[in-house]
Amino acid sequence: MKFERYEWLAITIMISLFIFVGFIQGWSVSLVILNMCIISAIMTMGVNISWGYAGVINFGVMGFLAMGGLAAVLVSYPPIVESWQAGGRGLGISFALLVVLVIAVMYINKIVIQKRNRYILNSLIIFFGILIIRHFYLNATHNIEDVNPAIAGFLGGLGLPIILSWIVGGLFAAGVAFVIGKVALGLRSDYLAIVTLGISEIVVSVLKHEEWLSRGVKNVIGLKRPVPYEIDLQNADWFINLITYLNSSKLNNIIDVSDRQQVLNNLIIDGSGIFVKLSYAILFLIVMLIIFYFANKAQLSPWGRMMRAIRDNETAANAMGKDVVKQHLIIFVIGAAIVGVAGAMLVTLDGLFTPSGYRPLRFTFIIWIMVIVGGSGNNLGAIFGGFVIWFSWIEAAPLTTFIINQLTMGLEPTNALKLHLLDSVPYFRYLFMGLILLLILRYRPKGIIPEKVRHS
Amino acid sequence: MIDFLNSIIVLLNFIIIPGISYGSQLALGALGVTFVYAILRFANFAHGEIMSFGAMITILFTWFFQSQNIGLGILPTALLALPIGIIATIILCIISDKFVFQYYRYQKSVPVVLAMVSIGVMFVINAIIRIIIGTETIKFSDGQKFIMKAKQFKVMTGLNEGLALKSSQVITILITILLLTFTFWFLQKTKTGKSMRAFSDNEDLALLSGINPDRVVFTTWIIVGVLACVAGTLYGLDKSYKPIIYLNLVLPIFASAIVGGIGSPFGAVVGGYVIAFSEIMVTYAYKKFFVYLLPSSIEPTGLVQLLSTDYKFAVSFSILVIVLLIRPSGIFKGRVL
Repeated sequence: MKFERYEWLAITIMISLFIFVGFIQGWSVSLVILNMCIISAIMTMGVNISWGYAGVINFGVMGFLAMGGLAAVLVSYPPIVESWQAGGRGLGISFALLVVLVIAVMYINKIVIQKRNRYILNSLIIFFGILIIRHFYLNATHNIEDVNPAIAGFLGGLGLPIILSWIVGGLFAAGVAFVIGKVALGLRSDYLAIVTLGISEIVVSVLKHEEWLSRGVKNVIGLKRPVPYEIDLQNADWFINLITYLNSSKLNNIIDVSDRQQVLNNLIIDGSGIFVKLSYAILFLIVMLIIFYFANKAQLSPWGRMMRAIRDNETAANAMGKDVVKQHLIIFVIGAAIVGVAGAMLVTLDGLFTPSGYRPLRFTFIIWIMVIVGGSGNNLGAIFGGFVIWFSWIEAAPLTTFIINQLTMGLEPTNALKLHLLDSVPYFRYLFMGLILLLILRYRPKGIIPEKVRHS
Repeated sequence: MIDFLNSIIVLLNFIIIPGISYGSQLALGALGVTFVYAILRFANFAHGEIMSFGAMITILFTWFFQSQNIGLGILPTALLALPIGIIATIILCIISDKFVFQYYRYQKSVPVVLAMVSIGVMFVINAIIRIIIGTETIKFSDGQKFIMKAKQFKVMTGLNEGLALKSSQVITILITILLLTFTFWFLQKTKTGKSMRAFSDNEDLALLSGINPDRVVFTTWIIVGVLACVAGTLYGLDKSYKPIIYLNLVLPIFASAIVGGIGSPFGAVVGGYVIAFSEIMVTYAYKKFFVYLLPSSIEPTGLVQLLSTDYKFAVSFSILVIVLLIRPSGIFKGRVL
């Protein structure tokens, strides 16, 4: 694909931002921001696919991210055998009973014609069914949560490489999105926004409180990395040789041997951190580019054209024989799946899963600001939005400190107002986010890199 | 008979009184959301933060009055500061309309764009609140805390169960009744109220009949400001003020408004109580209640709790989803004041 001149400009700006931070605050900081930027860009692309292509609103970003995170835990954490022994059977029984219950309800719906009888029978069977299931379920979960609660207390996972969870996370999110879509996609867009927001809260509260599954508020820590550990790198010969080779001119200038060893050790410690972050960045970049490539392909394909037609005039598209409901569901699920992938990547990067950390302000609304600012309907715009907004989210604090110090230059260092303002530096980022969103919506409603209108 | 009375008192103490006061707070909030929806036709995500802003101003002036030793005796000082909070909230609403929402109204933007804009406003107000007052939990209720303590009740009636009545609960209920009466009177009887109803029913027709839309919108923001500030302050007074809690409160409020039928003020009030009661009833452990009612041979062993309290929040949303599926327009057909 070909980029326009302003798109090249956007790409250049993104790259130079990181180089700038690299020189000012160090490469480690720069790479940390870059990694989160890439993940944010993937989330933004996911939302952008459903909102920008088809106009389907998805305020459930937080829930899909959490599902991705759950996938990371369930795939990579080693299985806890005692927990399975303690409660595996009870859980199995309760799930089997649940299936039986569902089948029974479906069967009743099929054979009982009269509406009133059907309601009564259904509610009776559901009520008693749930009572029985609860008995087994609560017993089993209680047993599981009692197994070594300080470090385990949940079922664990499969013990597979965590990279696999990026795909599984997408599938998990897609599954949840399918259910939500089936239930809610017929609603008007602002209702849909509220409903998806609410369901994402429900998903997170389930993850928070079903400790047997996700360890809940006790968090899962120490997930295995897809990249080497710093400590291993520091002892690996090839890595030491690499660092020596890269810094050979600098090292050769130091004549004293012990000094030289000291400098080399520091370089190796710094270098190992950077190497780990760089490997993450490369992995994430690959995923981002793959998604970017396919998203663009899809947008330019006949399917993408149909999606735009549905977005721009639903009635007309329907009249042309396009199945609007089905397509809305498909695109909602695809968008959610991409967000799920990003969720799994997020947990992979952190190495820990904290269900209580999922808050709508941080994980839904910020992502939406990225979409709006970047330009809905344009994948490069989505990436740009993700990068720029996350960058300003992080760099808002140093910037605010600088501005406050400049503005309150004349005041004494012990001045109450100055101290209060400096105390509230972290909150200024919300102000920046709000102002950026309002300004963009007012003066550039299509986003910084707007959707390309193709006339063919 | 005594057992029966005891069980009633248990219900009253743990479900009905908390339900009514929480429901009143939700109802006031939902009424504000409904007004914005009916007149300005968008879902206002900033409503929670507007409530929080009103409560914050009230708290600041409460502190001021406390430092000056001005109080209301047994009533909380916050009531004295409330009018100032209301005025500040109204000013906030009108400023945000003038500088932000008005433009999109004149552009005739689609509701979703306005909802996005309200998210921007939400962020800005959120930041202002955090910058001014921080994120700490603040207790600002003073005066007499209880109208009736559980112990007093026990001594008075000789029953096993106590009935506690917090003054903040009574104040909440009284103010809600007052405010609701006034709002409905205003909508039904005054000329401005009637023009608002006409405007929400059919905008074009209202414009043709010479109703000034700017005036209607202005009045709406005044009402929204009053409702939001009162709801926010009462919630803070009853529980405790915590800036970040109001963002979470937006969702039950939306649920109330939609369950009742968004755009219908009466529906919003009913929706508030429906949501509040179902949240409390589904997550309450009924063991104590049944212990009094049933003979000891078939007493329940467990807590007799449908869902653990952790899922309080999920309940309101499940109800919202169910209502939207069965009756998308809400309990009372919405969309019109």
